[in-house]
Amino acid sequence: MTDLWSLFLTAAFVDNMPLTLFLGLCTFLALSKRPEAALGLGVAMTGVLGVTVPLNHLIYTFLLAPGAWAWAGLPEIDLSYLSLIAFIGVIAASVQLLEMLLDRFLPAIHAAFGVFLPLLTVQCAILAGSLFMVERSYTLAQSAVFGVGSGAGFAVAVAMLAAIRTRLAYADLPAGLRGLGIAFILTGLMSLGFAAFAQMAAAQ
Amino acid sequence: MAARGGYWSTLTDPLIRQNPVTLQILGICSALAVTTTLATAVTMSVSLTIVVTLSAWIISLIRRHIPGAIRLIVQIVIIASLVIVIDQVLQAYLPDISRALSVYVGLITTNCLVLGRTEAYARHHSPLPAMADAFGNGLGYSLILIVLGGVRELFGKGELFGVQVLPLASDGGWFTPLSLMLLAPSAFFLLGLLVWTIRSLLPEQSEARETTPPLTGEPAE
Repeated sequence: MTDLWSLFLTAAFVDNMPLTLFLGLCTFLALSKRPEAALGLGVAMTGVLGVTVPLNHLIYTFLLAPGAWAWAGLPEIDLSYLSLIAFIGVIAASVQLLEMLLDRFLPAIHAAFGVFLPLLTVQCAILAGSLFMVERSYTLAQSAVFGVGSGAGFAVAVAMLAAIRTRLAYADLPAGLRGLGIAFILTGLMSLGFAAFAQMAAAQ
Repeated sequence: MAARGGYWSTLTDPLIRQNPVTLQILGICSALAVTTTLATAVTMSVSLTIVVTLSAWIISLIRRHIPGAIRLIVQIVIIASLVIVIDQVLQAYLPDISRALSVYVGLITTNCLVLGRTEAYARHHSPLPAMADAFGNGLGYSLILIVLGGVRELFGKGELFGVQVLPLASDGGWFTPLSLMLLAPSAFFLLGLLVWTIRSLLPEQSEARETTPPLTGEPAE
């Protein structure tokens, strides 16, 4: 139990997806102008990562990993090179499925997500979640915790950046720095802050 | 389109003027993650340029046969297949760099740059201009990556391509490495400063302010 909790904290803060691993930055920067949009994106990320990482774990273990077809008398088959296409397919399908389910049963939440849900198919952070799961060979429970944790870390970071950028709307910045430029500098400063978590983890 | 000038400007516009990273906000994820050393930055640039050029060519060839409703899936499958090929080649011939790049080669699949160019340009143009546009965007991306990778490796370790350029203080030289340059925050700072430089040189790129500041002489309430 404590292992899973520390994995959650590591995924959310030490290995924060946008700030330390540079993943999902395109949406991170593009959708952080308004806090409401940023929060919606964060929740959607958590949901999708929490579903797709364990799902991809099952698919990888039972279909793609070396030796997964041993039960069919084909122990030497190694399909792991297909994992990219399989993962992308699973992500696209589960995003679509999640959208339909929400639309049917929880229309209010679906309206809050708006356009972000379909966009998440091509989000680097989501594919990276599955690729990291393979690279670090997590178990099923670990991969679920890892998915939810990274999603939560993304949500915290994007909400914070959106809050700072709203305040900066009234600042008198140099013309060249407005918009994207200052967003990068802010992300850098936040990333410095999150680097402290890495120090704490190393000290333990 | 004037044949020669058209291709030439399609190819050179994305280098600085329409740079995918600093103006279009495309493909930033990998641009920052792989730039701790010049060697990984160059490998990543070459891989991405190959993938984006070939996928633009293929998608442009079959652009009249892709149904609109499922075009995203079709494009992603084509891109993912090319990425798998590149990944296998890197693993076979450059195993060290492939390990250093870790998952980021696979992430070319979801690099917004590739999908953005196929979706925005290759889908509506014939193969040659599509390839020129994709190649130009690949070069623009490579330019940013190589500048970032060069600066970070030079100041972070005093090396270029793993060769010691600045003599280290620990070996009797004068240069003390700035280890901050190898950490995540410096990548953000450098890219922010790069965006600032480019936009100061080309003022038409700067974004409009969202709010007008109050007039300075106005009495406070």
